[in-house]
Amino acid sequence: MGNIGSREILRLSVNGRQHELLVKPYATLLEVLREDLRLTGTKHGCEAGECGACVVLVDGTPQLSCLVLPGQIEGSEVTTIEGVSNGSELHPVQQAFMDHGALQCGYCTPGMVLSSKALLDSNPSPTRDEINEALSGNLCRCTGYVSIIEAVEDAGRAMA
Amino acid sequence: MLRLPRFSYLRPGSVAEAAQVLSEYGSRARVVAGGTDLLPKMKRGQMEPEVVIGLGHINELRGIRATEDGGFEIGACVTLSEVVASPELRAAYPGYVHAAALVSTPALRNSGTIGGNLCVDTRCNYYDESYEWRKALGFCMKKDGNICRVAPASATCRAIASSDTAPAAISMGATVVLVGPNGQREVPVESLYQDDGQFYMTKAPDEILTSLRMPSPGHWKSSYVKVRNRGSIDFPLVGVAAAIQMKGSLVEACRIVITAVGPQPLDVSQAAGALVGKEIDDTLLEEVATEAAKPARPLDNADLSYVWRKRMTRRAIEQAIREAAEVG
Ligand SMILES: Cc1cc2nc3c(=O)[nH]c(=O)nc-3n(C[C@H](O)[C@H](O)[C@H](O)COP(=O)(O)OP(=O)(O)OC[C@H]3O[C@@H](n4cnc5c(N)ncnc54)[C@H](O)[C@@H]3O)c2cc1C
Ligand code: SF4
Ligand code: FES
Ligand code: FES
Repeated sequence: MGNIGSREILRLSVNGRQHELLVKPYATLLEVLREDLRLTGTKHGCEAGECGACVVLVDGTPQLSCLVLPGQIEGSEVTTIEGVSNGSELHPVQQAFMDHGALQCGYCTPGMVLSSKALLDSNPSPTRDEINEALSGNLCRCTGYVSIIEAVEDAGRAMA
Repeated sequence: MLRLPRFSYLRPGSVAEAAQVLSEYGSRARVVAGGTDLLPKMKRGQMEPEVVIGLGHINELRGIRATEDGGFEIGACVTLSEVVASPELRAAYPGYVHAAALVSTPALRNSGTIGGNLCVDTRCNYYDESYEWRKALGFCMKKDGNICRVAPASATCRAIASSDTAPAAISMGATVVLVGPNGQREVPVESLYQDDGQFYMTKAPDEILTSLRMPSPGHWKSSYVKVRNRGSIDFPLVGVAAAIQMKGSLVEACRIVITAVGPQPLDVSQAAGALVGKEIDDTLLEEVATEAAKPARPLDNADLSYVWRKRMTRRAIEQAIREAAEVG
């Protein structure tokens, strides 16, 4: 072991691109994404696991990037909100959020979209209860949740 | 921004290697499984290891395995989500699986592990605050200070046992395997904890929990009831695990374990003796719940009033027993 906290090489695949980075072992995945890779679509809210603003997909499952050390997930595929659309063509979940006005300030939206995408990828026609459960860790302080839930239902139909 | 302090990250590939580095660095090191408890605590300066040892790279700690006696052995690094998704575990231990499903949020359960959940730190409103907040008020006994802010006359910290799965595992008579520098031992989950919010675990700091062994469920039916502020995210304000064996409509045996009402989960099954050989009815349940809730000592260090939490302990016990009896 070198000096406490000395930088290390990290291999991380993000949105299909393989990166080799020199990072501090005590930087969270959230910090590496935003500060080293400049992918600022992932938001930092509470930074303590309570709000879901920082959700990214790790091998397709939502995780809280503020509480993940990149070293823990080396070799996994990370998907951030920047990796969801197909070029300029929005992902059906993004399109449905727009159509339903399921956002106001947009701060929770990247996390909401990724949690919704993960749900619909494994269960294209979820019940309301299943949607509520899947989004129960994503707090929104602006819109109220009804438009978000309706957007997820619509997106599911579009993806089916 | 809440940043982590400096530390080095080690990735042992086996339990033996992890145990060795852990004993080498002693109190300067801590293991991390999912990190969902350790990392927020490190951000708030409640824990300050210089070396963090990742357990997630160790294959031995993964996997759910049926055992010869009809039970299951669950690796310490199995995530809570994996437990929730297991039909076998759900059928055998509905209470335990329900408790796992009620921990925080889906994204947290995707990285939070069952081993980390059994070792999760005790909680207190005076302790689960940022370093600056605690410094401004004056530190407390659990970290950096010398008195308890909740119970100043208390000789020990009264922070709250907060694992949802621990009471459910205890109610099924589960054990854990611990590996340390002196080898391996197996202890009942119940004896992992003690009545001290600061030194809440009996295991040595350099022992690694490698698996949870759930015995055959036999005829035990089980449930878990959690009282909390919101329907998601929050820790338990009261948690009750119940397990029951019925013969027709009569109770044959009943176990009750309560948590979040003191520094350790409490087995209060003694009080359920009054149910044996009887049918469950409202009056009897109320009697049993009143008796079982007696050792609960909620203090003014969690959300909502402690008087209400004490009252809810009784209600949650009644509900847990009813729900266990109704499991199909
Ligand atoms: C917002 C929020 C809400 C939460 N809500 C709940 C809740 O409702 N109920 C609940 O029970 N918990 C809750 N938690 C706490 C925690 O997330 C869970 O208990 C989780 O299961 C911990 O597992 P982990 O693998 O992430 O633990 P880690 O953070 O990796 O570890 C927790 C502790 O256990 C030690 N440890 C971990 N694994 C081992 C091992 N195998 N052997 C020895 N020591 C080990 C670590 O050193 C650390 O001290 C919450 C946390 C947050 C941030
Ligand atoms: S119970 Fe007392 S000593 Fe323990 S964390 Fe709370 S204030 Fe500190
Ligand atoms: S920023 Fe990660 S959960 Fe709030
Ligand atoms: S749109 Fe503002 S927080 Fe959700």
